Amino acid sequence: MITAALIEGRDLRFAYGGGQPEVVRGATLGVERGRLSALIGANGSGKSTLIRLLAGLLGPTAGEVTLGGVPLARVEPRVRARRVAYVPQSVSTVFPFTALEVVLTGRSPHSSRFRFETGRDVEAARAALAAVDAAHLEARPVTELSGGERQLVALARALAQEPECLLLDEPSAALDLKHRAGLIRHLRRLRDEQGMTVLVVTHDLMLLDPAFDRVHAVRLGRVAAEGSPADVLRDEVLADIYGDAYVRARRAFGRTFVWSEL
Amino acid sequence: MDLSSNQKSEIKNQKSVTAGARLARALLLLTVVLVASTALALWVGYQRLDFAALWTDERARLIFFGLRLPRVVMAGVVGASLGLVGAALQAMFRNPLAEPLTLGVSGGGALGASVAIAFGMGARVAGLPFVFVAAFAGACLSVVVVYRLARTGVTVLPGALLLAGVVVNTVAAAGVVVIQYFADYSRALQILRWTIGSLDVVGFDLVWRMLIFLVPGWVILLLLARDLHLLAVDEETAESLGVNVRRSERLVYVAASLIVGVTVAVGGTIGFVGLIVPHAVRLMFGEDVRVVMPCSFVLGAAFLMLADAVARTVLGAGELPVGAITALAGGPVFLWLLRRQQRYTAM
Repeated sequence: MITAALIEGRDLRFAYGGGQPEVVRGATLGVERGRLSALIGANGSGKSTLIRLLAGLLGPTAGEVTLGGVPLARVEPRVRARRVAYVPQSVSTVFPFTALEVVLTGRSPHSSRFRFETGRDVEAARAALAAVDAAHLEARPVTELSGGERQLVALARALAQEPECLLLDEPSAALDLKHRAGLIRHLRRLRDEQGMTVLVVTHDLMLLDPAFDRVHAVRLGRVAAEGSPADVLRDEVLADIYGDAYVRARRAFGRTFVWSEL
Repeated sequence: MDLSSNQKSEIKNQKSVTAGARLARALLLLTVVLVASTALALWVGYQRLDFAALWTDERARLIFFGLRLPRVVMAGVVGASLGLVGAALQAMFRNPLAEPLTLGVSGGGALGASVAIAFGMGARVAGLPFVFVAAFAGACLSVVVVYRLARTGVTVLPGALLLAGVVVNTVAAAGVVVIQYFADYSRALQILRWTIGSLDVVGFDLVWRMLIFLVPGWVILLLLARDLHLLAVDEETAESLGVNVRRSERLVYVAASLIVGVTVAVGGTIGFVGLIVPHAVRLMFGEDVRVVMPCSFVLGAAFLMLADAVARTVLGAGELPVGAITALAGGPVFLWLLRRQQRYTAM
């Protein structure tokens, strides 16, 4: 199954600076091609660092990340940016760029540094905004948007990149119920219609079954469990991942409900 | 592709809003402003210029080509440099209050230049004026110190950045005073005269020598315009879009230090040009850094030519330091921006 991975991390280790404790401690994980995968784990377990390593934003202190079998360290950053789009947990832009300007930055890996966007790029950016149900934000300064709206704009920017693979760090955190469901529906559509590979860091365990194909659970900087949502969303697995004996997972109405007893 | 005429006109519409079209329009307008400013700056002065006399009067020709024209060109070159550096630093640090003066780059350059003057103005290192080299080194050092202090892991703290700039400026100013104290009398006077700052210049010789340093700096910054645009939106996103953030930052340090070092070495500390000009450009032409940088270059030239024209004429026969004019205009703008930024961060 590991050969089906588009992005693959092997025995990854990482610490923010020498002398600092390791955040990722020997993580091995394959982001499978054309699948919708989730990365879950407790706060501080190393999820965000792991997804940054897979996105090529950080270089591992040990181990190796490959993109389509090629070591990521040897892939030109702009070439990587055409294939892999990453959306950080939060983007705090200081200058009042319009939402369209921000989305248009997603087109930059596709043109030389001396070319400005063409009308076609503007069209692609507008389509990306419309795809996340945010066309009405186009002319608004991003500094005036709510956290959720900013997240939609960041997601539209990633879509405007027209990548093969989307890596999203907690994209649903600031979204309301409707936009959260809308986001997952959209990611599924991207997978089904374009064969997009998606990895999502999330705390939203209720979204996993039946929307996601794969779940990777991180504990103390290592992938401690992985498989289908049904494999991972079990009392004993979740109790270990979150270090919480009160976690419960139950299947009903064709989906898995997860909660912690109060 | 069978587009209806409606769709076609829509695409045409979209094209007109692209950054490239905006830049072309903005540059056209600003070039008109620049030409008008140049003409005005050449015309006014202790003696109004009589264009007709240039053909007949040898003395008028001497004043015009030996003094007036070089000075106006010098003001344009320095103003363009400061406007461009201000725009680049603001984008890189994601801080609308960043500019050579507030970040301590000018202060570091001034300290370096004072050291050079104390050792003798005419000294050369490998054929280059020592004062340029020392000012560049001082500017470089302060950029690195300020940046190191303000950067924590993945973010640059905006408050820490400006505070570090203030501290570097204060320390540098103290250094200049100490050097003045220990330098011999004539050199101390030279440093004092120079710290006041003036664009007074005779002939084009100095302008040419400056351009050897400035042109590479300009080219580096303008080549980095797109990287800086992406960085201004968000650093992590820029990195994920393929920008080599560390390399771009280093190149900006070097180019900014080169430009600020040389302008400080020649004209003294001229503050706030790098603050007012990019801000005015943003208000007129929007936030796109690829538009803001070249426009700040052109508008910076026009702005300092006019500020210098005011400095030359407002006292009649006497002359005010141009740095005083830009500070009087720029201080209030800085405070207004500070208030506005606080409102943004409070949200």
